[in-house]
Amino acid sequence: MEEIKAAIEAAVPGAGVEIQTNPSVSGQHSLRLAPSHAVEVAAFLRDDPELALDFLSNATGVDWPDKEIAEKVKVTRTVTKTVDGAETPVEETVEETKKRVEPGCLEAVYHLFSVAKGHGSVVIRMKTANRTDQVELPSLTPVWRSAEFQEREIFDLFGIVFKGHPDLRRLLMWDEFKDHPMRRDYVEPDDFEYEPTAHDEVMKRAQEHRAAIAAEARGDLASEAKLIEEGPGA
Amino acid sequence: MVDEGLKIELGKQGVFVTTIEELYNWGRRNSIWPMQFGLACCAIEMIATTMARYDLARFGAEVFRPSPRQADMMIISGTVTKKMAPQVVRLYNQMAEPKYVIAMGACAISGGPFKQGYNVLKGIDRYIPVDVHIPGCPPRPEALIHAFMTLQKKIAGQPLTGEGRPRHLDANAPGEFPVPVQGAHDLEPSANGLVWPLPATKTRT
Repeated sequence: MEEIKAAIEAAVPGAGVEIQTNPSVSGQHSLRLAPSHAVEVAAFLRDDPELALDFLSNATGVDWPDKEIAEKVKVTRTVTKTVDGAETPVEETVEETKKRVEPGCLEAVYHLFSVAKGHGSVVIRMKTANRTDQVELPSLTPVWRSAEFQEREIFDLFGIVFKGHPDLRRLLMWDEFKDHPMRRDYVEPDDFEYEPTAHDEVMKRAQEHRAAIAAEARGDLASEAKLIEEGPGA
Repeated sequence: MVDEGLKIELGKQGVFVTTIEELYNWGRRNSIWPMQFGLACCAIEMIATTMARYDLARFGAEVFRPSPRQADMMIISGTVTKKMAPQVVRLYNQMAEPKYVIAMGACAISGGPFKQGYNVLKGIDRYIPVDVHIPGCPPRPEALIHAFMTLQKKIAGQPLTGEGRPRHLDANAPGEFPVPVQGAHDLEPSANGLVWPLPATKTRT
């Protein structure tokens, strides 16, 4: 990984490549590319005779929502305390919980292999600035043609706009569709119906609907009772 | 109405007695031509059903028509996505009466394993009237043949006049079913109230 990074930095000055380590057992470390130089770096990865990463097997998206992080910070404060009848300032160390919001982003991940050299996979990734208005990334379709449909799918399901893509339309959903279903904050349409084995979120929704139906039935009963009371002519 | 015993007795003597209704339904039920279209993996079982081993031709349904204008029956064989649903309803509308629908497999009847997903229709019976539902994932060819025989029985039992007559003999019956529009978040409307009532979970306590 370090070698690839050094090779990229030698070939593309100011590439801004970072190594993102993966602490899990699989240890699949990846290279995070700066979107501004991504196409040049990708072309280098493909054309370099040593690397020759000529095959893009998989491209996918990741949604990182805004994350609230609670941190415990030790703060030293001066507190006035009554010691032996006299008020004296005493220094005290208090643990405080501070909350900060880590802004979210969208990420595109590419898995590269080399058919010529028989090695891989090299994972490269790119992050957008945020999740709302700056969701543009350079398209790697000009470098690896197999990215075309996969980038369309990422655009469809995550909402990353790939600049330089030859045909960026929705792939799975219809053109009129406005949402991005694979984002964490996607709310699916509420077309609930009877579910025999409801659990988790589905069960919650089932209970809500049951309550709504019960409320409606009570309303019906009330109106019927009113009808009986007043007579059908009323 | 001729007595059943008398009919058999007359048959022994070489006299064939029938009613227009019986003859008409006999003709209808033994020449149902399905439409040639498949949506997902259930279509593979449908194809197997038409092949020599299971031989759907024994029931007079071997001619799969490539045009909805010539077809009598639609086998919804597989997952109906929300992207595909308007086209399925449109194809159904283009078929000439009398027309029948078999919803084949878990996906077509309810959404199946994709029921909680965002892009799969929770059963085609939300938009078009379905005559026979087959559960299974996918149903075996025998199940499709059984559904077919069920449909034949249903046709044989249809009176030509009065209550319960087939749609093409009822001037007031709806001939066309509204095609859902692909909206910004979901299909609009999410179901056709005429053919798909909400399940009767409404209980009075």
